[in-house]
Amino acid sequence: MSAQVQSIQIVLNGEPASQPAGLTVTELLQRLNAPTFGVAVERNRQVVRRADHPTTLVLDGDHIEIVTFVGGG
Amino acid sequence: MTTQDSWTLAGRTFFSRLLVGTGKYANNQVAREAIDESGAEIVTVAVRRIDFSAKETVLDALDRSRHTLLPNTAGCYTAEDAVRYARLAREAGMGDLIKLEVIGDQKTLFPDNQATLVAAKILVSEGFVVLPYVTDDPVLCKQLQEMGCAAVMPLGAPIGSGLGIRNPHNLSIILEQATVPVLVDAGVGTASDAALALEMGCTAVLMNTAIAGARDPVRMARAMRLGVQAGRDAYLAGRIEKRLYASASSPLTGLLG
Repeated sequence: MSAQVQSIQIVLNGEPASQPAGLTVTELLQRLNAPTFGVAVERNRQVVRRADHPTTLVLDGDHIEIVTFVGGG
Repeated sequence: MTTQDSWTLAGRTFFSRLLVGTGKYANNQVAREAIDESGAEIVTVAVRRIDFSAKETVLDALDRSRHTLLPNTAGCYTAEDAVRYARLAREAGMGDLIKLEVIGDQKTLFPDNQATLVAAKILVSEGFVVLPYVTDDPVLCKQLQEMGCAAVMPLGAPIGSGLGIRNPHNLSIILEQATVPVLVDAGVGTASDAALALEMGCTAVLMNTAIAGARDPVRMARAMRLGVQAGRDAYLAGRIEKRLYASASSPLTGLLG
């Protein structure tokens, strides 16, 4: 393992973002201080099931959407 | 009444016949008080990109032990988008209820009925409990219920318009043929509109703006709760036939000579 942390470029909720390489979805959510309930993640337009968060890697060039619930009718 | 009046949705029992939205409130405090006062057990929420800087979210205004979340697909203009939002909502909420809403026109927010049918079919096949928001079209409502939707939710009038139930005759036909709960969704302006929906035999009514947009949302929530109860009781009690001429309430015998 190299001492230098590689970074990846992703698009997070429509904005370019730099993140360390090798990150899982769970780790990404933790880095962003996302709440534990009421959040869903889409990777390249595919929903990532909650059970798959710990094993799904975020890769360079990924389009990640993180959504939650807001007031609505 | 010996048993408490209830209704079921996909095997789940509910007692309140008022469903409320969580949008347009000035703040979470007012939302919480109004939702409490409404007595609603099912509350709608929308799905949007998370704002990591937000101090509190709509979920803070809800008590998840009492409130069942009904996520909507508001803001979707295609079947594909609605399905996408529904899948995200299920993942975020860990429930399979979805208020399917595919908008066809920005100005009226009338639904795109064809796209709604397409999306409903996909979502039903994926195991969602689908509650489609549709125009008050009896043919469409029949198609949706036959397709496996858990309820149908015809509008009374455009979303947020407060115009009330504009076509009670269509609604009567929808009710007559219904094999699933019929919920009036959208258009309610005041308590008498809600009462009318229940008097006619609707299972429940869903509203947001009528409460959140009132000068006093908490008091309006109470009015709506009572209106819904009054309408439901009137429906169960069986109203008198309408007649053109009078029918005296006082005895016609024993009058003074």
